Amino acid sequence: MFSTIMIKKIFIQNKRSISVMKKIIISGLFILFCVTCVWAGDETPTVLSNKEAISLVQTHADYVWTLVAAALVFFMQAGFAMVETGFTRAKNAINIMMKNLMDFAMGSLAFWAIGFGIMFGVSKTGWFGTSGFFLSDFSPGGDPWVLAFWMFQVVFAATAATIVSGAMAERTKFSGYLIYSVLISALIYPVFGSWAWGSLYKGGGWLENLGFIDFAGSTVVHSVGGWAALAGAIVLGPRLGKYTKDGKVKPILGHNMPLAALGVFILWLGWFGFNPGSTTAANKDIAMIFVNTNLAAAAGCVLAMFTSWIKFGKPEVGMSLNGALAGLVAITSPCATVTPLSAIMIGAIAGVIVVLSVLFFDKIRIDDPVGAISVHGVCGAWGTLSAGIFNIGGTTLKIIGVQLLGISACFLWVFPTAFLLFKLIDVTIGLRVSAEEEIEGLDFVEHGGNAYPDFEISHSGSMGSVAPGLAKSEAGVGKMVRKPLEQA
Amino acid sequence: MKKIEAIIKPFKLDDVKDALNKIGVNGMTINEVKGFGRQRGHKEIYRGAEYQVDFVPKVRIDVVVDSSLADQVVEAISKSANTGKIGDGKIFVFTVDEAIRIRTGETGEGAI
Repeated sequence: MFSTIMIKKIFIQNKRSISVMKKIIISGLFILFCVTCVWAGDETPTVLSNKEAISLVQTHADYVWTLVAAALVFFMQAGFAMVETGFTRAKNAINIMMKNLMDFAMGSLAFWAIGFGIMFGVSKTGWFGTSGFFLSDFSPGGDPWVLAFWMFQVVFAATAATIVSGAMAERTKFSGYLIYSVLISALIYPVFGSWAWGSLYKGGGWLENLGFIDFAGSTVVHSVGGWAALAGAIVLGPRLGKYTKDGKVKPILGHNMPLAALGVFILWLGWFGFNPGSTTAANKDIAMIFVNTNLAAAAGCVLAMFTSWIKFGKPEVGMSLNGALAGLVAITSPCATVTPLSAIMIGAIAGVIVVLSVLFFDKIRIDDPVGAISVHGVCGAWGTLSAGIFNIGGTTLKIIGVQLLGISACFLWVFPTAFLLFKLIDVTIGLRVSAEEEIEGLDFVEHGGNAYPDFEISHSGSMGSVAPGLAKSEAGVGKMVRKPLEQA
Repeated sequence: MKKIEAIIKPFKLDDVKDALNKIGVNGMTINEVKGFGRQRGHKEIYRGAEYQVDFVPKVRIDVVVDSSLADQVVEAISKSANTGKIGDGKIFVFTVDEAIRIRTGETGEGAI
């Protein structure tokens, strides 16, 4: 009885829906008829006009992909900011946000005015470009490709600039950092970029003419940032209390590992714009580049974890996070010219290298709070070399030789110029804050603020949310005593 | 009047609070504290460098009760905070000279 009612119901419903469908189809046909009437006046498409229309679709897709990728790479700024602040102390969080904000903002203007012209302008010598400053290649109504291309390139310049921030964290004078960030975006980054990538627009560099492979910038972006970071960390010296007199490393704990992890996830996501976007074209190549990027990151992460597990007895979070980034940096250069299996090997080796490299730089007392030199400088060099070794079309000594030449040229250009720049800043306006300011925290001294006013700032873990004014000495061991602004 | 100060493992706080409520203690003050005794600290690793954590997180409970109740309070805390493992904490008993309820001005045992 019940089932008969159900069947009847369904039948009635079906009948209703059929009549609705009929109405939709009839009105659809009517609309189609009207549209066809309107179009009837247009010219009939020819083979030629179809060809133009099809190529226009491709052009539009290229614009969309390049700009979507640019947006993903821009988001990496947030990733860098979170990694850096997670690995450093709460008393410097505002300073780190300001550095990451300003190196993008000031760097954008510098790259617009000067950097882009040096990197991609017409180059007679192969050493730097000399046209296209202030985006002069664009005129209203003209071809807007230069705008899309500039947008994609400016986020790359900003990536190189912001890498340095991490290695110099917690002790750099803010004004000194601003000057540095303008000069790397206007000069240091674009000059090397013009050697390797100039021909992507109007330029042409000596290094690319030799056949140097650096698809998305293991060297052009990451090693440039990494070697500048090395120079900065050397000129600054280590943070107070990082190394004891008897040569031991005294870890300065980062204040928020979940933020550092969030930063790495954001960077990993952003890299799906960084590498596949470097086609600046919507084509099928991006599939393999995507896969290679992901596999290298995964392999780097896993191998760094196991390396830390074997070396320290525990799977350490900081090294595992660095391992993912190491794999990403390494695959940036070879991502379009190696197989997925090679990508795994490249990332895996980077994951081991990064752990050993972080330990090495600590041993020689170069204090790099986030591991930027190891991740970007060292693994950038490894990635560039690996592009020669694992080249999908086979490798020769000449290919590897050119890769080595590019790696060396990058170091020999960036390290001395950045070192000189930081030394000049140091002797003129000063590069490092005073010891008192460093102990007090840069948030308060440099920016007159407190990143977490509702939390007590403590050197050894949080004691819960005690209001700063009420926190008496019994509440916190090693508590930062905050002075009012006037006393500072 | 007696003040009983107990330093216990933080995760035991709810058990101790319930045990004290059961024997009629209906007020207490707690603090999150850090310290070490025989338990000492432990080693942690940060980016490949080992470091010693000396101060272990604990909770300190302060209870002031009528002297006649003190033994019961001590017993309730020792039972409810006991795990049998090192680091269970300690209990201290003090004599209290005076107690005043700020709102009413009551003094002595009426104030606790």
